Amino acid sequence: MKKIAIVAYQQSDAVSDAGAVNEVELIMPVLARTFKQVGLNNAQDVDFVCSGSCDYLQGAAFAFVAGVDALGAVPPIKESHVEMDAAWALYESILKIRMGHADSALIYGFGKSSPGELPIVLSQQLDPYYMAPLWVDSISLAALQARLMLDAGLITERDMAEVVSRSRRNARNNPHAQLSGDVSADDVLAQPTYVSPLRKGDCCPVSDGASAVIIATEDKAKEWGLPYAIISGIDHCIETHNLGMRDLTDSVSTRKAAERAGMNNGKVDVAELYAPFSHQEIILTRSLGLGKETSINPSGGVLAGNLMMASGLSRIGEVFNRIVSGEAARGIAHATSGPCLQHNLVTVLEKA
Amino acid sequence: MSNEQEVITVINAPVYLKYNFTAGAAPSRFLTQIKKGVLTGQRCPKCAGVYVPPRGSCAACGVPTEDEVVLSDKATVQSFTIVSIPIPNNPIQPPFVIANLVPDGASVSFIHLLSECVNEDIHIGQRVQAVWKPKAEWDYAMDNIRYFKPIDEPDVPVAKIGKLPVTGWEG
Repeated sequence: MKKIAIVAYQQSDAVSDAGAVNEVELIMPVLARTFKQVGLNNAQDVDFVCSGSCDYLQGAAFAFVAGVDALGAVPPIKESHVEMDAAWALYESILKIRMGHADSALIYGFGKSSPGELPIVLSQQLDPYYMAPLWVDSISLAALQARLMLDAGLITERDMAEVVSRSRRNARNNPHAQLSGDVSADDVLAQPTYVSPLRKGDCCPVSDGASAVIIATEDKAKEWGLPYAIISGIDHCIETHNLGMRDLTDSVSTRKAAERAGMNNGKVDVAELYAPFSHQEIILTRSLGLGKETSINPSGGVLAGNLMMASGLSRIGEVFNRIVSGEAARGIAHATSGPCLQHNLVTVLEKA
Repeated sequence: MSNEQEVITVINAPVYLKYNFTAGAAPSRFLTQIKKGVLTGQRCPKCAGVYVPPRGSCAACGVPTEDEVVLSDKATVQSFTIVSIPIPNNPIQPPFVIANLVPDGASVSFIHLLSECVNEDIHIGQRVQAVWKPKAEWDYAMDNIRYFKPIDEPDVPVAKIGKLPVTGWEG
C-alpha cells in the first residue's frame, strides 16, 4: 500500500469574532499560505479537495458551497465536503488516495461560530425527538459528564484546573492561540463556577477561523522536495447517541480507534487531543493509556482556541509540525465530534 | 396499559436560533455603494474578470478581488424567462420577466426583473437600463433597482456579452 504523507499545514489565528468576513474571506488567506508552503498555485494543482464545515454555525445555508469560491475551481475540480470536522475530510481524502483516485489532496476546515450562540446551536445535533426539543446545550452535557467523574472520585477539581493551567502556559508558544498566559491551577480554581461543576476556564472558548492541510503519496511528497510526516494509521469509532447508555467517564471509541490506527505499535512522543473541556482531556489521556513519556497538547489544545470543524484537522497539523521540526518522532492526533466525546478519530503520524 | 393508541404522525419541535449575520467584507462594500445608487463590481487581479455582486473572491482563480470597479446601470440581456405561474409569497403578479443581466463593465450576470416591456419581444442581446426607486427609499438592497427596462440601443452580439466596457455599447 502506498504511504501517505502530510506536507503542509496552516491555521488562522483563533479569534473570538472574525468580524464582517464571510466564509470565502475567512478561508482564502489560509489556503493561500498552504499553497505557498508547497509552491502550488491553487486547487488545480492537487488531485482532490475535501472540506469540513457546518452551516448551522454561522446560520448561513450552503455556506460550504460558497467556500468553493476560495479554490479556483475553473476548470472544474474533484471536490467533496463533510458536515463534520475536517479531520474526517482528511480521512475521506486518505481513502481517495488509497483507492488510487488521487495522489494529492487539499483538506480544509472552517468555522465562524461567533454569529450564533454556539452551545445552543450544538443542542440541535442531538436526537431530534427527545433531546433537541429540550435545548440541552453542549456545556451542560459536558458538566453532567464532569459531575460523574468528580462524584466517582476519578478526578478532582484541581486535576481539571491543572489541565487548564498547562493549556494556557503551552499556548504561549502558539501564535494562533486565543487564550494563553501564565495561569496557575489556583487562578483557575479561584474562578466562580459557570455551569457547575465547570468554570469558564474548563470550557474551550468560542472561536472563528480556518485551517488547511495538504497530503500526498510519499512519492509525490519526495517529488515536491518538502519535509513531510507519514500518516501510518487513521481510524474512527462512534458511540450511541443515547447518553444514558454510554459510560461517560471513559472513551471506549477513542481507545478502539487508536488501537485500530496502530497507536500501540510504538512510543508516542506527542499527543494532540481534541478536548473541548478540561475533564475530557483527562478521560482521553487515560483511555489511551498515555503516560509521562508523551507530551500532551503542546499547542495548548482547543482550550486555547476551538475552531469548530477545523480543530480536529489542526490537531493533525500540530503533530505534523512537531515531527518535521524534529521535536517528536511519532505522535497521535485526536479529533472529536458530538456531545461528551461521542465520535472519535485517531491519526498516527511518524517521522519519514 | 391499553393497546389502543393513536398513530402519532406529528410532534412539534420548533427550532429558534438567533444569529448576528454579517454580509462579508466584499459584499459590505457593494451594499454600501448600492445604498448610494451606485452599482459596483470587483476585479480579479489574475484574470481581470469583474464580479457583480462581489463575494470576495474570483471563483475561477481563488484569489481575493480587492479592486473596486464602478459599473454602468445599463446592461445586456444574457438570458431570460417569462414566468406565467404565481410564485408563493411573491407579490409580483404573473406574467413577468426575470433575466440574467450583465451590466456594462462587468464579466458576469446577475438576476433581476424586466418591466415596461412587451414580454414577447424580449430577446438575448437586448439593451436595458435600471429603473431606480426614489432616492429616499434607497437601502442596502438590490431592489433599490425596481427593474430594468428596454432602451433604444442596437443589440449586442452574443460573443460580446460580458465584454463591454463601462462606457457602454457603441453599436
